[in-house]
Amino acid sequence: MTTTHPESDVILEVKDLQKHFPTRTSGIIRRASDPVKAVDGISFTVRRGETLGLVGESGCGKSTAGRTMLQLLEPTGGSIHYNGRDITGAHGNDLRKLRTEMQMVFQDPYGSLNPRQTIGTIVAAPFDIQGITPKGGVKAEVQSLMERVGLNPEHYNRYPHEFSGGQRQRIGIARAVALRPKLIVCDEPVSALDVSIQAQVVNLLEDLQAEYDLTYVFVAHDLSVIRHISDRVAVMYLGKFMEVADRDELYSNPLHPYTQALLSAVPIPDPRKENKRERILLKGDLPSPINPPSGCVFHTRCPRFREELSDTERKRCTTEIPLVQKIGDHEVACHFAGPSKVEVL
Amino acid sequence: MSTWVPTEGTSEALLSVRDLKVTFPTEDGLVKAVDGLTFDLNAGETLGIVGESGSGKSVTSQAIMGLHRGTRAKVEGSIGFEGRDLLKLEDEELRVMRGRDIAMIFQDPLSALHPYYTVGNQIVEAYKIHHGKTSKSAARAHVIDMLERVGIPNPQKRIDQYPHEFSGGMRQRAMIAMALVNNPRLVIADEPTTALDVTVQAQILDLLMDLQKEMNSAIIIITHDLGVVAEMADKIMVMYGGKAVEGGTADQTFYSAEHPYTWGLLQSMPRIDRERLERLQPIPGNPPSLISPPSGCAFHPRCAYRDDENLGCSTIVPEFDVQDWHPVRCLIPAPKRKAIFDTEIRTPSS
Amino acid sequence: MFAYIVRRVAAGMVMILAMSLVTMVLFFASPVDPARYTCGKNCTPELLEQNRKALGYDQPVLSYWVDFTKGIFVGSEFPKDPALKKSAPETIADCPAPCLGYSPQSSRPVRDIIVEKLPVSASLAIAAFIMWMIAGVGLGIVAALRKGTLVDRAIVGSALVFYAFPTFFIGLGLYVFLALKWGIVPVPAYTSIADGGVGLWLQGLLLPALTLALVYIAGYIRLTRAFVLEAKGEDYLRTAQAKGLKSGRILFKHTLRGALTPIATVAGLDLGGLLGGTIITEQVFNYDGLGRTAVMAATTYDLPVTVGIVLVAATFVITANIVVDVLYAVIDPRVKYS
Repeated sequence: MTTTHPESDVILEVKDLQKHFPTRTSGIIRRASDPVKAVDGISFTVRRGETLGLVGESGCGKSTAGRTMLQLLEPTGGSIHYNGRDITGAHGNDLRKLRTEMQMVFQDPYGSLNPRQTIGTIVAAPFDIQGITPKGGVKAEVQSLMERVGLNPEHYNRYPHEFSGGQRQRIGIARAVALRPKLIVCDEPVSALDVSIQAQVVNLLEDLQAEYDLTYVFVAHDLSVIRHISDRVAVMYLGKFMEVADRDELYSNPLHPYTQALLSAVPIPDPRKENKRERILLKGDLPSPINPPSGCVFHTRCPRFREELSDTERKRCTTEIPLVQKIGDHEVACHFAGPSKVEVL
Repeated sequence: MSTWVPTEGTSEALLSVRDLKVTFPTEDGLVKAVDGLTFDLNAGETLGIVGESGSGKSVTSQAIMGLHRGTRAKVEGSIGFEGRDLLKLEDEELRVMRGRDIAMIFQDPLSALHPYYTVGNQIVEAYKIHHGKTSKSAARAHVIDMLERVGIPNPQKRIDQYPHEFSGGMRQRAMIAMALVNNPRLVIADEPTTALDVTVQAQILDLLMDLQKEMNSAIIIITHDLGVVAEMADKIMVMYGGKAVEGGTADQTFYSAEHPYTWGLLQSMPRIDRERLERLQPIPGNPPSLISPPSGCAFHPRCAYRDDENLGCSTIVPEFDVQDWHPVRCLIPAPKRKAIFDTEIRTPSS
Repeated sequence: MFAYIVRRVAAGMVMILAMSLVTMVLFFASPVDPARYTCGKNCTPELLEQNRKALGYDQPVLSYWVDFTKGIFVGSEFPKDPALKKSAPETIADCPAPCLGYSPQSSRPVRDIIVEKLPVSASLAIAAFIMWMIAGVGLGIVAALRKGTLVDRAIVGSALVFYAFPTFFIGLGLYVFLALKWGIVPVPAYTSIADGGVGLWLQGLLLPALTLALVYIAGYIRLTRAFVLEAKGEDYLRTAQAKGLKSGRILFKHTLRGALTPIATVAGLDLGGLLGGTIITEQVFNYDGLGRTAVMAATTYDLPVTVGIVLVAATFVITANIVVDVLYAVIDPRVKYS
């Protein structure tokens, strides 16, 4: 295993990460049976200061991946190196110390704030937990944080229900940046917000990133938001990475048939363009992550498999798990990766 | 389209809504959820109503269905449907029209379907209530046919399954089958794809458009997603704080938008089909209170182009001139609005 | 589903046996000598010792429990004394399986006592159950449909009044006024169906069942009202309305089906709890059921009867739990046990 050094530009290195959730058999005596493979062997690096977008449809494992890389969930397999240090399975004090450097912003600004605590208490919690007293005292620091994220510092003693959805997400962000972490995993931070508010929060995240030298892993299902905020994008399907590439490269020249279908499905707010577009429609539903399809997990819904391949080629898709291969600047897990025949965007 | 709605009394549209107002009394005061809406919709046409939460778009659809009857909401104005004012109908007269002439597709098919009854039971019920003389087996055969038309594989088996045994996309297909089972002339789809994944959304929007062509129904699609209306809608009404702020054809809305709020929506959205902008341009501030809306133009506190001194944005309430062919509720003179759009809002690709 | 039931029943049986052990441990830990209560006025130390041995109270609690548990499956004899059986077989009481013990105070097998008293308690519980379900659920639905009106407030308010009074107060009130003072109903006394037919049986049950029902009604009104109101806010009701269904059909097919499911759960558990006897109501109306018998047994240190009634009551509660859970899967197709 290669080790990275603290001074290198890689902040997080994830190798073959797995997160399986156990299930049990039915019957009078219940044994463990096939687990739900929410994350099933993903490897990637996150470079210091960049934003890695993690995109996919519901059930693809992107949120689980985000939580597992922060050790909010214990990985079933694989390793996570933070600044060159193996943090896989860290717990107790080690984990608590790591939390000063790695934080999370959650999707649901209602569910992730304790309704019985004031905003001041919520934003001050990281200081309490870590036993850190910032210069000038906790209250002054919390109020300056509130101001920084665009909240009125006088609302220090108010409760979450007195704020709108967008403001609540700002509270969650203030809490996440309180300890000046290096890495923040943002799990669908804007998907519960209205369009006009979404842009405010996205801009805030970008400003904070520049100001505090933050690295983001940005988990979302909205391909437009991902395109805007990410430097690199990883596309996930059934617990695995399908394609990873730099943002503009991925959107202008997607090589994996799943990426192509995903991009082509997004309606564009431009009627003339929209009317001319040819859509790659995926057939059927997402297979179960308990019994994922053999070979390439995407073959059951793959338009290329269905329309373009010969029987011998298909055999390969149904039996052989595609390894991640480098094609140009893309990493693609497909035996027959290549540009789409129709223009996707 | 000549004007937004024809001169008083001459409308022959399938649906003609005039000055619709919906208010709810609450402890904090009267909520003006919908405040004076006027629009027409012809058979086979699709109207997209765009707005954010609290803009009144969903309340409008419920008012058309008469779902506010028996609640504390007060509905005023008129809703003409094939020449009859739905607001003046007896409860029983309106009930007979619901589901038969006007049907609705809801946002979240999991909660909109009853968890304890099979999908078939619920669709057969929707059919039988308006076709009392049809035998049970004939109704069932019709429903199986309908499930097949909306693209549910193996309908003979699926008809006897429960909603939780369907995937999200299949559930929304079943919901569409239920809405269309009586061949309604108007279908109201309230955020029909918001709860769905984008690949499933594409399937569902395709399906809706195909079925519309087949049945020549009119559709009102309510959404916050400009991409969805760009794909579906013939005309678009943008709502803000319970009022229509801009109305026009899809082309007018996207290629010559004239209301600062519409501009804000177009600009604040990150675009999947464009190289990244340096920064998104959000609309500052928060949506207005529906109990005590801002004075003058409800959008003025968030408007980058307001001019209180010369135009009176904070004092004068702008009109929505329904006799215009592209009505815009804004005090900025039309030539200036067009100039602003051309110089600041329009982007090379549009 | 079958596997699920088997697992639940097995777990339930283990729990019942554990409960019998706990009851015995508590009993044995008591400073009072239970044998003393079997010995009468002319007690001598020898007689006391003999009784203690005959009752098995001389052994450690665990082996007493093992004997008892064995008795359930293979039967037993009292007293367990092979020498005595040879010399005077007529003094040995036979207790065939399932043997729940032998009451020295009443010189009868516990099972016979329970078989005699159970119908009294069960009649009372079932009659009360029917009353409070009809009235409680019915009024709860009315209150929910008329939410915020005078009718709603009257129903909820008056239910609260009954809820606030203690059971014995309601019981005595009904007894004194309805039966004694005004003579609207006959003075209640339990008559089994075998003895007096259905008419007399019901007549005897009227007041005690009403007392018990009144105590439970308030809870059911509030519960039903809350669940119906919750169901009325469900999206699927808006769908039902949008389909053009008539209001009656929306209420009975769509609203109540969803609202009443959790009520069935609570009702099943409440009924299971009452079948094992109601102490206060039985006392007030002088009903000779399991509740009163349990109180008597506990105050006279009759361990076998106490354990027997505890077991019967626990069996009802545990069975009710299993039945309710299984019922849930029947009512709600989303619930699957595996």
